Amino acid sequence: MSTKKYAVAIRDVLQQEMQRDERVFVMGEDIAEQGGIFGCTRGLMEEFGKERVRNTPISEAGFIGAGVGASLTGMRPVIELMYMDFTYVAMDQILNQAAKIRYMYGGKATLPLVIRGQQGIGRGNAGTHSQSVEAFFTHIPGLKVAMPATPADAAGLLRTAIRDNNPIMFFEHKALYAVSGEVPDDPDFSIPFGKAAIMREGADVTVIATSLMVSRALEAAEKLSGEGIDVEVIDPRTILPMDMDTFVGSVKKTGRALVVHEAHRTMGIGAEIAAELTEKAFVYLDAPVARLGAKACTLPFSLVLENAVVPGVDDIVEGVRKICYR
Amino acid sequence: MDNKRLEWIYKTMLTIRNFEDKALSLFESNQLRGSVHLCTGQEAVAATVCSHLRDEDYITSTHRGHGHCIAKGAEPDLAMAELMGKSTGYCLGRGGSMHIADVTKGNLGANAIVAAGLPIASGAALSAKLRGTDQIAVAFFGDGAANEGAFHEALNLAAVWKLPIIFVCENNQFGISTHVDVSTSVKDIAVRAKAYDIPGEVVDGNDVFDIDKAVKKAVARAKAGKGPSLIECKTYRWYGHWTGDPQVYRSKEDVEIWKQKCPIKRLEEYLREHKILTEKEMEKMHSDASSQIDAAAEFALSSPDPDPATVLENVYFEN
Repeated sequence: MSTKKYAVAIRDVLQQEMQRDERVFVMGEDIAEQGGIFGCTRGLMEEFGKERVRNTPISEAGFIGAGVGASLTGMRPVIELMYMDFTYVAMDQILNQAAKIRYMYGGKATLPLVIRGQQGIGRGNAGTHSQSVEAFFTHIPGLKVAMPATPADAAGLLRTAIRDNNPIMFFEHKALYAVSGEVPDDPDFSIPFGKAAIMREGADVTVIATSLMVSRALEAAEKLSGEGIDVEVIDPRTILPMDMDTFVGSVKKTGRALVVHEAHRTMGIGAEIAAELTEKAFVYLDAPVARLGAKACTLPFSLVLENAVVPGVDDIVEGVRKICYR
Repeated sequence: MDNKRLEWIYKTMLTIRNFEDKALSLFESNQLRGSVHLCTGQEAVAATVCSHLRDEDYITSTHRGHGHCIAKGAEPDLAMAELMGKSTGYCLGRGGSMHIADVTKGNLGANAIVAAGLPIASGAALSAKLRGTDQIAVAFFGDGAANEGAFHEALNLAAVWKLPIIFVCENNQFGISTHVDVSTSVKDIAVRAKAYDIPGEVVDGNDVFDIDKAVKKAVARAKAGKGPSLIECKTYRWYGHWTGDPQVYRSKEDVEIWKQKCPIKRLEEYLREHKILTEKEMEKMHSDASSQIDAAAEFALSSPDPDPATVLENVYFEN
């Protein structure tokens, strides 16, 4: 085990996978000399050169499309998007091409491709640079979607993503890059997709939280334990595939569930989880499945307003109390 | 050009012409459905360009892609089966006319999104460069694609990275009903190459020799590591945008004028004049192509539909 920051955990896996497999290469904006504006590719150009650590023009549809073409022809590209909000300018290549090609070609094409980058609040980047956009990519069959909440998960899930033969959307969080944690040193350490992590066991309420919301849910759980409410916190880790079995198992025990994500509540993945829990665990539920997510407005610039839009620890505490009728 | 390649181009053009005629008649007799975009009249581009490619070289194609697909080595029976959505088709009936691909033959796919193939072909060229092979990529696209962002992004990317790729524009003058004169800021799309500091050339897209000259140069440039070229082939589609297009946007006279410029007829004149093929040999090649396509249609018609129980297969690669 080594203690490392989330960003370093990502960097180290990129380095190890590039050492292990020469088909793996990285490309994106300002990732070579600069090492990425969040440092996730720092030092890689020095080790692997500018061909395999490739700076791109500000041309997201162009270089994501090039990633599709490279992956179709034997390479394993890992593309860094500076902000995952920028997926919007390359949606055709992601949703119409990467996601669909294998199926549309009758299973006769393979696309090992990772599109990774950060999203979310925390740096005052306002409406086009602070969003949580993961739900878009869960709606179109063909992609897998990961969103690690800890340095170890970032490492383990990224290794799985790079070795997977499908197109993967990998959502990091800008506010987590500086968070430190224990990461296994094993260069094969990986975490399977579709396997949730129970971050805290509890008997009374299940809180399912993603990305930055995991730490907030854990903090809320601590507060609530003082009120005699024993909260179980689950991190799905990948939202496609989604480990619904673990959620159902937990709800059978607790009878109550709250889903918390930073993305907008409206039509977010919380709605899907709530619907699935209602279908699969209806008789075990003692309260409706509740959801917390960003309010239905553009992410505002002001820190005060940003905090008012995205669920905070107190919102989670309040949300749990509500489904416990307290 | 040596006679062997010329014969191959001729034969390929005949195969494409027959394929398109058959697709049209099957469509008109309700035996084939969906969006079917015919490239009749444009055969010289696909055949001539692909005569310079090996199996390991790559192409991306368009919604009007049957010709590219056949010229890159597709079996007409599997292609026709795909047009009919049959389980024996290239894509097992999942892709249809607009998505025929055969990655094993370097055909990275027809693409129903205008200009989407250009970045993908650039990626294939990047892949060849990273792997250190001498493979090249060709992106076929229409005049309409030249107004998409993906066209400009791909040209810049390929130029700045000196990728082994040729951008081949088939300017058939219409994006559905909209003429290039009202959609496009330049008379010749090839001049847009200047913006990316790469060679751009206009050729007669119905003249095998004119296309050939430009492609030869572009292939040499790509293989020498000097980067991309843009070739604009001026041509014309004989039929509507799709089967069933009322074609209110052009006159029958215009269509007739272009039919007189038939690329197959023009090549036949040359073959005759230079005594490369006799009349009899050409007739035989016509009837061979026709029977090959009849057999392809027969194969497609008699093939089974896909089994609905398999509809969820191949969404993902099962690791």
